Amino acid sequence: MYTTELKDRNQKAAPVTTAAEDPVKLAAFEARVAADDFIEPKDWMPEAYRKTLVRQISQHAHSEIVGMLPEGNWITRAPSLRRKAVLLAKVQDEGGHGLYLYAAAETLGTSRDEMIEALHSGRAKYSTIFNYPTLTWADIGAIGWLVDGAAILNQVPLQRTSYGPYARAMVRICKEESFHQRQGYEIMMALAAGSPEQKRMAQNALDRWWWPSLMMFGPPDENSPNTAQSVRWRIKRETNDELRQKFVDVTVPQAEAIGITVPDPALKWNEARGSYDFGAIDWDEFYAVVRGEGPVAKERVKARVEAWESGAWVREAANAHAAKRAHRAAAE
Amino acid sequence: MADPVHECALRLGDDSLILGQRLSEWCGHAPMLEVDLSLANIALDLVGQATLFLGVAGDADKLAFHRDVLDFKNCLLVEQPNGDFAQTIARQFLFSNWQELVFRELTRSRNATLAAIAGKAVKEVAYHARFANEWMVRLGDGTAESRARVVDGLEWVWRFGDELFEVDGVIEPLIASGVSADVRKLRGEWDQRIARTLADATLEMPKPRRAAKGGRIGHHSEHLGHILTEMQFLPRAYPGAQW
Repeated sequence: MYTTELKDRNQKAAPVTTAAEDPVKLAAFEARVAADDFIEPKDWMPEAYRKTLVRQISQHAHSEIVGMLPEGNWITRAPSLRRKAVLLAKVQDEGGHGLYLYAAAETLGTSRDEMIEALHSGRAKYSTIFNYPTLTWADIGAIGWLVDGAAILNQVPLQRTSYGPYARAMVRICKEESFHQRQGYEIMMALAAGSPEQKRMAQNALDRWWWPSLMMFGPPDENSPNTAQSVRWRIKRETNDELRQKFVDVTVPQAEAIGITVPDPALKWNEARGSYDFGAIDWDEFYAVVRGEGPVAKERVKARVEAWESGAWVREAANAHAAKRAHRAAAE
Repeated sequence: MADPVHECALRLGDDSLILGQRLSEWCGHAPMLEVDLSLANIALDLVGQATLFLGVAGDADKLAFHRDVLDFKNCLLVEQPNGDFAQTIARQFLFSNWQELVFRELTRSRNATLAAIAGKAVKEVAYHARFANEWMVRLGDGTAESRARVVDGLEWVWRFGDELFEVDGVIEPLIASGVSADVRKLRGEWDQRIARTLADATLEMPKPRRAAKGGRIGHHSEHLGHILTEMQFLPRAYPGAQW
């Protein structure tokens, strides 16, 4: 669902370094990546590459899992049987994405439990977007349309990312995200063509989700110190600002097509650039949300921690039972 | 009730709908990711079945979102609260083992639509029953805590088992004409299945007790009203809106 780096403003002074690496191995590695070879789990890799990947893939996995909450919030209230089934399937897909991504990150030597602990203690980040509340049914449409739409733009290039397990996970994930984006837009279409109350819901959802969606692409390039290294290592393939611009260009006509208005007075087609110019993003808000001060950040983390802690006895039971079976099998 | 086939479809559809709604409450909050996916998957199957069965009874969305408690015909078991994971599993254990047998019989229904729905659904439900049986064994034969919890969960749901095997005057003629399954004849096989899994789980069979019944005639527990309040909120708040 999300892939750019999330760091506090104060942390940005620590660029990745490969100074301590064996220069011969490093050169060979750089050459393979430059030739668009996939790096596999058993291959040599610089420690900074491994760390960057673990951080990025686990953030991505956490985003999928935390992202189940704002949408899960509406499954029991979906307004028709079809919408209920589609939303259930969608949220289940997000859980599946989390599972592949944790598995991909585990190939780099970090266990799922360690990653989950990092999420719960606040050391690991997840996409800022999920710290905003889903107030009305239209928010489910807006999330599919905008949030999954933004995720697709982030993720399509990652199908060719240099780390093999991540790239392969991304192929399947992108197919599903594309379905999610369409179902979200379809919800918005129905609302925009509906009663005045429904149109209001749709417009209000766009008003609230537009700017947070633009923030999903991460800080502007000049404040993203590791972007250059990540692009060189083919962990990222396009910069935050390039992807953000693409998103605006794709999305604005979709809003116009259904008669709702992007909440940006500065938005204007720029003939010379062949792109939309758009207004300034409130980066203070972005960094506040990254720091954990988003509107429902506390609720999101609390829900995850509670699910984990109140399910501990179930995981213990499953392990205890598996151990008993293994013991019995050994005795036979 | 004009058409007894509609009533039969309504009961089957309401069972699936209400349990699907209940299981949806777990989404994002299950003890582990794999279980979260399984529960959502089961809920999705159940909502799909409900859509098909309610479609036989009438306009499925209208039936799901615009009836009140007295007109819902699900069994009391499916509307019971999730409780902890052990109670959810105990509920699923009794229900899915029953539903699998019912759908297996219903694949031979003289009503081709019911038979076709059952033919699709029986495969799904066989998985639900396996999931529930396996978890009963893990919890019963896991730790002291899981055992105590699953005993409590089973204790909660046990009184709702008998209702699953009730036949009334509405269904009786449908059994005679080969449209509906005769659930009375499935009791022995269900008892055996339950006993077998409980033995694997090293759990005692709970003692028989006075059965709680009434769902099939709309006499529900207090829980159903709250389920409907949440489920029906949008269509009720915006009458006539298309979603």
